[in-house]
Amino acid sequence: MACHLLLTDFTLPLKSPKLSHSRQQRKGRSNGSRKVSTTVAYYGLKTPPYNLDGLEPYMSKRALEVHWGVRHRGFVEDLNRQLRKSDILYGYTMDELVKTTFNNGNPLPEFNNVAEAWNHDFFWESMQPGGGDMPKLGLLGQIEKDFGSFTNFREKFVETALSLFGSGWVWLVLKRQDKRLAVVKTSNSINPIVWEGIPILNLDMWEHAYYLDYKNDKAKYVSMFMNHLVSWNAATVRLACAEAFVNLGEPKILIA
Amino acid sequence: MAILSLATRKTLTLGLNSTRLTQSCALRTFSLPELPYDYGALEPAISGEIMQLHHQKHHQTYISNYNKALEQLHEAIQKGDSSTVAKLQSAIKFNGGGHINHSIFWQNLAPIREGGGEPPKGSLGWAIDTNFGSLESLIQKINAEGAALQGSGWVWLGLDKELKQLVIETTANQDPLVTKGAHLVPLLGIDVWEHAYYLQYKNVRPDYLKNIWKVINWKYANGVYEKESA
Repeated sequence: MACHLLLTDFTLPLKSPKLSHSRQQRKGRSNGSRKVSTTVAYYGLKTPPYNLDGLEPYMSKRALEVHWGVRHRGFVEDLNRQLRKSDILYGYTMDELVKTTFNNGNPLPEFNNVAEAWNHDFFWESMQPGGGDMPKLGLLGQIEKDFGSFTNFREKFVETALSLFGSGWVWLVLKRQDKRLAVVKTSNSINPIVWEGIPILNLDMWEHAYYLDYKNDKAKYVSMFMNHLVSWNAATVRLACAEAFVNLGEPKILIA
Repeated sequence: MAILSLATRKTLTLGLNSTRLTQSCALRTFSLPELPYDYGALEPAISGEIMQLHHQKHHQTYISNYNKALEQLHEAIQKGDSSTVAKLQSAIKFNGGGHINHSIFWQNLAPIREGGGEPPKGSLGWAIDTNFGSLESLIQKINAEGAALQGSGWVWLGLDKELKQLVIETTANQDPLVTKGAHLVPLLGIDVWEHAYYLQYKNVRPDYLKNIWKVINWKYANGVYEKESA
């Protein structure tokens, strides 16, 4: 299989220690159990942290039943089916799998499934019942620093969402190199982690995400998301985690 | 005397400029074409609800935004504002493409009682059998391409005027078929954006693709084929 050959060449540029570890594992197994072993599922479908009717009336139970229960589930199942045929990709974390299968812009067949599985996991957790309102403390401070004000950020987020051509996602992302927050839009299933960005929030702007509830009224969907669904709690936790990798403040250098 | 002639020359140039301006001021705007059938006439293949939203909201929005972008382009050209001209290209391709593609799409469909779904006769039917073996084989290929398209876009049956061959192509977003080749003429286009089928078929795009053939207007496609291959 073509993608199999492509991946074998990856062992050189990939410095991830996980790769060599999983290859050793495979060597051990191949000496006997390969013929009888049946495939196990590599990824499971995570349930959103609320009931399917928990986001009503801003995102209906019906929409979630189709979006999560059918579409998102479909990505996970299709991904597992693809991984069954691939030795090399077994054992990757989802993050690693997204980056590897993105293949620097020339995506492998698994990319769409794993990226969409990743994006949707992140999306359900970017929302909560009783969401909306405003972020507080450190996250608010960082937003004010990088956008001027929360209002500016909100305007930029909405404008970016509404100016997306075709299918895609809008993100609040922490850029590692620039050490600042930014709003970005991506096409289809692309995810900022392929450019070493750290996502803080996302919003699904594919038509299937809002069509059942809002038909073609994108603006209302985005507005409802900002006013009633977005989970600033989740965003705060994610930014706190991100600070383990990105130094956002000035280091305090003690002068003896 | 020199000053006098200078003044005359200036007035002359000014006069010429304003003539040019008036001539280029006529900007043609576009409006929503009427559907040649009722919104509900394509049921059960495509629901009336989808047809109405698709025509009145989506196509109309493309037209409104296309007109707006053209107006802005017109202004930018007159001002010699090249950076705005360049910036507007993507909005023009997207919204203009949306208008082009949907205008073709409405003619690609017809109610069953008006010939929708009837297999192509004439030279197109013959060309399909020659190029693809059979109509079923063509439909299968088109549906496979349409189902595999990731994100939003269109799947086309086109005529390559240069190679004098039928081709199956896909385009992303609202890119018209001509972006895949200057010699390509669209005969049939199927909209695989989610708005074209989601309310009725939800995630199951293959079912939409299977059913749309019941209302495909082969007469129109044959007409275009005969005209363009003459």
